[in-house]
Amino acid sequence: MTQRKHTLGKWMCDPGLLVARRLLATGFIVFGLLSCHAHAASPDGERQIDYTRDIQPILNKCVGCHGGVKKNAGLSVLSRELLLSPTEYGEPVVVVGDSLASTLIDRVTTEDPDERMPPKQPLEPSEIEALRAWIDQGAIWPAHWAYEAIRRPQEDDSQGIASYSIDTLVRRRLEKEGVAPAKAASRRTLIRRLSLDLTGLLPTMLEVEAFVADESPDAYPQLVDRLLASPHFGERWARHWLDESRYADSEGYEKDSPKNDAYRFRDWVVRSLNEDVPFDQFTIKQIAGDLLPDPTDDDLIATKFHLQTQFNLEGGVDSEEDRTKRVIDRVSTVGTVWLASTIGCCQCHDHPYDPFAQREFYTMIAFFNNADFTADFMGDEPEKAKELREERQAKAKTLTEMLKKQLDDKNLSNALQNKWMDLRNFDNKHGFVRFLRDRTEDRRVTYTFRRGDFLQPLVEEGALLPNTPATLPPLKSRGDVPDRLDLAHWLVSPENPLVARVAVNKVWMHLFGKALIRSPGDYGSRGTVASYPELLDWLAHWYLHEAEWSRKALIRKIVNSETYKQSSATRPELIEIDPDNELLARQNRFRVEAEILRDIALQASGLLSRKVGGPCVFPPLPAIVTQQTYASSNKYQVSEGEDRYRRGLYTFFRRTAIDPNLVTFDCPDSSAAKPQRDSSNNALQALALLQNEVFHEAAQSFANRLLKLSLAGGLSDRTRLEQGYLIALGREPNDTEIAGLESLLQEARSFYHDHPQESAELVGKHAVASIDLAENASWVATTRVLLNLDEFITRE
Amino acid sequence: MNPTRREFFTTAASGLGGVALTSLLDQTGAFAAHDPVGAAANPLASKPGHFPAKAKSCIFIFLAGAPSQLDLFEHKPTLQKLDGQKMPESLSEGVRFAFIQKDTARLVAPKRKFTQHGKSGMWFSDLLPRIGTCADDICMINTMQTDQFNHHPGQLMLQCGLPRFGLPAMGSWLSYGLGTENQNLPSYVVLTSGRGSSGGTTLWNNGYLPSVHGGVLLRSQGPPILDLENPQGLPTSLQRKGLDVLRELNQQHYQKMRDPEIASRIANYELAFRMQTEAPELTDLSSETKQTLEDYGMNRPEPKERPGNIGGGDQFSSFATNCLLARRMVESGVRFVNIVFASWDHHSMLDRDLKYNATMIDQPIAALIKDLKQRGLLDETLVVCGGEFGRTPLGENRPGFKEVTGRDHHPNAFSLFMAGGGVRGGYTHGETDEIGWGPVRDPVHINDLQATMLHQFGINHLKLTYPYQGVDFRLTNITRESHVIKALIS
Repeated sequence: MTQRKHTLGKWMCDPGLLVARRLLATGFIVFGLLSCHAHAASPDGERQIDYTRDIQPILNKCVGCHGGVKKNAGLSVLSRELLLSPTEYGEPVVVVGDSLASTLIDRVTTEDPDERMPPKQPLEPSEIEALRAWIDQGAIWPAHWAYEAIRRPQEDDSQGIASYSIDTLVRRRLEKEGVAPAKAASRRTLIRRLSLDLTGLLPTMLEVEAFVADESPDAYPQLVDRLLASPHFGERWARHWLDESRYADSEGYEKDSPKNDAYRFRDWVVRSLNEDVPFDQFTIKQIAGDLLPDPTDDDLIATKFHLQTQFNLEGGVDSEEDRTKRVIDRVSTVGTVWLASTIGCCQCHDHPYDPFAQREFYTMIAFFNNADFTADFMGDEPEKAKELREERQAKAKTLTEMLKKQLDDKNLSNALQNKWMDLRNFDNKHGFVRFLRDRTEDRRVTYTFRRGDFLQPLVEEGALLPNTPATLPPLKSRGDVPDRLDLAHWLVSPENPLVARVAVNKVWMHLFGKALIRSPGDYGSRGTVASYPELLDWLAHWYLHEAEWSRKALIRKIVNSETYKQSSATRPELIEIDPDNELLARQNRFRVEAEILRDIALQASGLLSRKVGGPCVFPPLPAIVTQQTYASSNKYQVSEGEDRYRRGLYTFFRRTAIDPNLVTFDCPDSSAAKPQRDSSNNALQALALLQNEVFHEAAQSFANRLLKLSLAGGLSDRTRLEQGYLIALGREPNDTEIAGLESLLQEARSFYHDHPQESAELVGKHAVASIDLAENASWVATTRVLLNLDEFITRE
Repeated sequence: MNPTRREFFTTAASGLGGVALTSLLDQTGAFAAHDPVGAAANPLASKPGHFPAKAKSCIFIFLAGAPSQLDLFEHKPTLQKLDGQKMPESLSEGVRFAFIQKDTARLVAPKRKFTQHGKSGMWFSDLLPRIGTCADDICMINTMQTDQFNHHPGQLMLQCGLPRFGLPAMGSWLSYGLGTENQNLPSYVVLTSGRGSSGGTTLWNNGYLPSVHGGVLLRSQGPPILDLENPQGLPTSLQRKGLDVLRELNQQHYQKMRDPEIASRIANYELAFRMQTEAPELTDLSSETKQTLEDYGMNRPEPKERPGNIGGGDQFSSFATNCLLARRMVESGVRFVNIVFASWDHHSMLDRDLKYNATMIDQPIAALIKDLKQRGLLDETLVVCGGEFGRTPLGENRPGFKEVTGRDHHPNAFSLFMAGGGVRGGYTHGETDEIGWGPVRDPVHINDLQATMLHQFGINHLKLTYPYQGVDFRLTNITRESHVIKALIS
């Protein structure tokens, strides 16, 4: 494959950026209308202008030409300081306190089409008025909320609320808007919701009945605790983190070689969640576990977060270019995942609208520029561990020498690529586990790249030391030169305004289907504004200072709130005023994620293996997919026995041959950090759930399970259907539902009675030995409908 | 993306002809009279554009990877003369290459023979003799320009208007703006052959538009869509009965939850069922005459000399099949057909590999244009053929390669052609300098091309917008001034 992808990193940032572009102003529009106090008047009667609400959206129309990339006429509107600086024409365009003297106003009001700004579409009169008033009121430009320190919001006892809680904050707001909260969901819904949210699995029939019967006030919190203690909790929440880690089991590009050690990172994430490793420690280990004193195996495995980048083993690729791309990806990913900042935009130029300079991006690069990787055995050592280590060391040494030479002699590229490939194969074969390690010799010097081009280091601007962006609180260094461990500590320091806000928002998102800040990967000026800024800050503050970064504590707090427990049914009055449910006057209902869909279908049918952890498995995959790999290199060996039915988390994820069941249901492609999945709804999903091998087998096995319930007694159809409902939906069917399914059952019986061959085909390998095949087939025809119910695939 | 209530309202406002979903839901009164969602109409119902349209459907043949315009479409005699020379300083100044080493780079003359075709005398190289016979129906643009230098972003730019993930493709926009003529098929289908493109499925996304407008990938062999067939042993009658019960139960649940997603899901199961019936008919070529199959080159033998990276299988017959399928889709009322073939990235072995590709596409594309014309469909079918950018007049002297056998990426000027759908046949638009480095007149930006294409469908590109989170987005970049290129229209 000769396609060139070397500047991939440059645009990988774009999903977040895009979301940001689209998301802007939701808050303004919805809540500008709803909030009666939004347009408070100043004492002299003039409307008090709020920069974030009123001015930023206007200036965002200018940044394309007067921003961080283009500064036409020497004007940039990215900060107050820049706006008030002289332009190429001399005087600044704004005179504080005097809109009449401000040429900015002239330029947006003039009728001369050659002079008027913006050139294409003039500003609305209301926008011009806002600008005028803003200038006259002193052009107040507060710092962007996301970069302000996280403070505990002042408690307001005037309303008789002694202390903050999720519910008091939400209810106070709802009261103000004149909207009632939804009533609590039924207990059956609650246990299904909680089980899906916390473990990604259905509650069993027994669990449901026990919870429904338990009327003690502790029943719910105890259920929460039980689920948080389940080993499946880590599995469910690990998948969220793997989306952000751009986790995959292959290198990407062309041959897309397997990485047999990748799962060690996945298992570490599962374990960390189950052990409730505090998020600050979880962060530190991933950013710089290798730099901790006496790092444990787990500390080293954690750094594999950074080895989830794609590694191009194609011939003809410039090793240094590919390495640079990986380093850039690491910094961009840290930006998205921890800082919700699109700093990756700064690879080529200053950020177009957020306060990050290109140079600052490269000071971040400097933290990672000397991080290479090495490998070792972790856990059981093979017999000849010593010899193998030596052999590997020799290979690594040759590689290092060649890399050095290749910097000047590009003719070595192909040979070098072969060495990389050889090392990959060697590590796979012998069970080496790779992890990050800083090089100590020949340390690289970091420069800004002109227009992001690795061939054009701006040496004249000087070497860059590792540092963090000036907009954010300063970095504290343990030594002379800051390192990744300093960066890690900086991220999780209480002064960092972003990390806790970002982390809390995403936990919230996974429990409500929608985040408080709807752009969880972008808190910049183009991101959305929180519908509940106080709630976000209060939770972030609590997470940081009281919960000590315990994710289980945070989840416990949220799911124990009445806000979480609300019904997800939409009410007619809400459709009108709050279709996107920003007010939280109800819960949200959403289709479960791709992997969970398969998990619960397997679970309902009794096929699911509950085994936790270990190497990847290979459930059946359509041939059309495996054929797509480079030169059909993907020799896909389908797993046998239990491994066919493991949770989706354990399926080998090959970047160039992703299971269509995953793609169809919006599983990310692992090319970049994905803080938030899409949730599409289309006809291909219907085809998959009705016909796909995996889901059809689940229907066969589900029928088998229902038919075996009482072989001797001859249960009534109704009883079996009730059992089916209890298993799949956690509730009993009503009469209409029974009648509908019974009519299907009857029609199926009359067909299969005369069609023995079709009966055998439909039942497949999940026949119940002692049952008539026609009867068995009729039940398969029925259970498949159960597994296709919207309610089955939805977390309500 | 979540179809939200907005989806229902926007479609309700515009979808007067849409009865499928409403009647479907009305059968058991799922949407009561006072229900605000009750006005929901079929989002795919056919609806008029802003002004009378020339074209009704589009076949967009995407040569992903970027074919060399200099070896196929652009006749540059001077480049022939300058073979082996350095590029003039004036042109190379400030230009960045990824693989080309500027100091040692040399211009490379195409090894092709160019001739003029048709009454119009349009130039084609000897690799495209049959497309040449359609010259007088073809509108050739030699001054296409893109902002993008790399494949995936470039491909997104051409398909979606901007080089970013998560945006609706042009087919999705047309589906959204005009609905489709056949409710039993997807409005936007994608046919691929050969290896996957750099962009993969990101190229036919619905993006922020309702998911019903996303491109649906069809397979040209076997059941056209994955999981299209009933499970073995399940007759259609029971499939239908099962779906009836499923719909009933889902409707009942909708009454309780009032979530528009449930209504979408109900509609999607119905579409799935209709696809099960119609899609196989669509790909069943037994009703085509032997002559037609031959015209499209269905049974041509695969050449012995194959590019190494072309992917498995029989590319010639797959591509020919896709062209024929495209005609059948358009005939059946599908709004937008994307044919994707992705092996044009000829950094090396250009002569061998381009010959293979060009031979593969020449006969089927020519047959498609003629077939459409003969059936009276060409006037209302806009055929577009091209890649995400072009290739350099300089040879690629990438380190590690013994000799120069290819060309690098070239976003400055490249060729793309259209036919039918009211475009100006026998017309060549724009002119590049003598080595084909950049336009000397009439550049056409990708967004201008898109504005022009929408125009042919009766759509003002500035007006077909989608309000998403406070911004009215459209296919063409909202921060760029794009124009309909009138000269391209007959």
